[in-house]
Amino acid sequence: MKKDIYSPSDLESVDFDKDIGYPGKTPYTRGVYPSMYSKQLWTMRQYAGYGTSIETNKRFKYLLEQGQTGLSVAFDLPTQLGYDSDNSLCKGEVGKVGVSIDTLADIEDLFRDIPIEKISTSMTINSTAIIVLAMYIALAEKRGLPLESIRGTTQNDILKEYVARGTYIYPPKSSLKLILDIFQYCSSNMPKWNTISISGYHIREAGSNAVQELAFTLANGIEYVKLALASGLKIDDFAPRLSFFFSSSMDFFEEIAKFRAARWLWSDIITNRFHSKSDKSKRLRFHTQTSGASLTAQQPENNIVRVTLEALSAVLGGTQSLHTNSYDEALSLPTEKAVKIALRTQQMIGYETNIPSTVDPLGGSYFIENKTKEICTEVEKYLDIIEKQGGMVKAIESGYIQKEIQDNAYMLHENLHSKIDKQVGVNCFTEENNQDIKLLKVDPKNEVQQVEKLNKVKQDRNNQKVEICLANIKTAVKANDNLMQPIIDAVKEYATLEEIANILRKEYGEYTESIF
Amino acid sequence: MSKPIRVLIAKPGLDGHDRGAKIIARGLKDAGMEVIYTGIKQTPEKIARTALQEDIDVLGLSILSGAHNYLFPEIMRLLNENKDKEVLVIAGGIIPLSDYPALKEAGISEIFPPGSSIEEIASFIKNNVHSK
Repeated sequence: MKKDIYSPSDLESVDFDKDIGYPGKTPYTRGVYPSMYSKQLWTMRQYAGYGTSIETNKRFKYLLEQGQTGLSVAFDLPTQLGYDSDNSLCKGEVGKVGVSIDTLADIEDLFRDIPIEKISTSMTINSTAIIVLAMYIALAEKRGLPLESIRGTTQNDILKEYVARGTYIYPPKSSLKLILDIFQYCSSNMPKWNTISISGYHIREAGSNAVQELAFTLANGIEYVKLALASGLKIDDFAPRLSFFFSSSMDFFEEIAKFRAARWLWSDIITNRFHSKSDKSKRLRFHTQTSGASLTAQQPENNIVRVTLEALSAVLGGTQSLHTNSYDEALSLPTEKAVKIALRTQQMIGYETNIPSTVDPLGGSYFIENKTKEICTEVEKYLDIIEKQGGMVKAIESGYIQKEIQDNAYMLHENLHSKIDKQVGVNCFTEENNQDIKLLKVDPKNEVQQVEKLNKVKQDRNNQKVEICLANIKTAVKANDNLMQPIIDAVKEYATLEEIANILRKEYGEYTESIF
Repeated sequence: MSKPIRVLIAKPGLDGHDRGAKIIARGLKDAGMEVIYTGIKQTPEKIARTALQEDIDVLGLSILSGAHNYLFPEIMRLLNENKDKEVLVIAGGIIPLSDYPALKEAGISEIFPPGSSIEEIASFIKNNVHSK
């Protein structure tokens, strides 16, 4: 219940040790590290990628020159869906929403002159995560770098693709097997790799509210943990490398409370439900992106201010890394200028405001603590409902999750157009629609160049070796073995993304959406 | 009473951003129209085939992948191969204003940017369907 004023009576159900505590200690409500940003700021990590790998490599270098501290790769839809750029389904899509990757040659160009042993790289890749990660591993090995030194994240969260984002290929069961292969490989070879980024962001963007975002994300997390345990992994062998990804939207204090609630809930789940003995397993570390859906196509410069407020929520909520959206993203991919302002926004919060010098400065606020507790309670109700349905896979298959999200999305739309909710420039303080800002245009020539490059790679590689490698993958699929190593071997011989994905398509089948 | 307007909401392209498409489908249904939603990742051929089979009056295209400049004209070309019935085609998604003229030239009657209301879309449909 929303009130005007909060007071000590709103904290009656809140226990300091059990619910709040100190940063860096269970239940981690106030932050996963004792000193948080007072020692080191969050990683400033802008999601970037378009056109060819050569073009995106330039954008990466530009962002690093401007003071960005981590990389985040946006892949185009063909790459995310396991198609090479010459597939007829990909016409008009190559290099559009991200960088196009067909073979290891593209990954080599993408990271040219970038020391991947020194910087962490996050990759928004899900159904083809195992192939793209194999390419990254191949790159590291070709450079002679020990895999223990490689840091980064594969999003690798397939469950949310079925409910919110759409880049699934195979049915859930087979997709989950691929995720497990990555967990297993990384737990013995890449101790610094975040094997998964369990993502609420897209659930929120699809129209859920803050409680649903958190509940469905944690429910997905529980599903992955159950799966890994069932395969024989021990909780404390893989749980420390699980990471999360949330949205930060415009309800300023609710978002801060959501991030705090997320940490409390995950620590509780890992401790009490999965009996972890390691503090590292109990820490919910997360990336935040400011909300794309909150941006307006109308009066686009206003988005700079929206992003500032959302970024501030994320920082006050204790995020480990942050992407700030660019003001032009309701219209197209961002220009260099727009991206720079977005990055500068984080830098101003980090270096000018003195906000980072105090850990969890809102801890103890009657309102924030009450709201944190309330979100925990609401999320637990959803987790119970999902559990009663037999877990998240069942709740997705029945359409329950999709329906919950769609109903909320529809309500938000109605509220906006009946002006119950206000949006400046959209339903109040409106102006005639004009877009007098300069937008980024992805050159259609990129598609042609990318196809030419793919053809050349295929000509120059040893096709006999490629065939042997592909046959090995097929054998491993049939034997239900871990596919990571055979895929690494294949990408080193420049087998293409689609050649590998097609083997899996043939064995696993393809998932088609049910409309709920 | 006249027959209800039949609408096909389709998502061409490879992106999975279906929030807008689903809201429009539901909203137009509430406005009294018969609405079919295709689901995501539909090829131009599939959309044109469904349009024909379902005998629709209105086709609504939703895309956020940036591939509209290729896909929309392709869908229009396939639709125009069947001239038995005039279909009103409207679109929405992430489409820069500078792309509007060429898309309208290709036969898209109106483009509704983010922030458009169901009322304005429904009234556009009612005023323009069957008038071509």
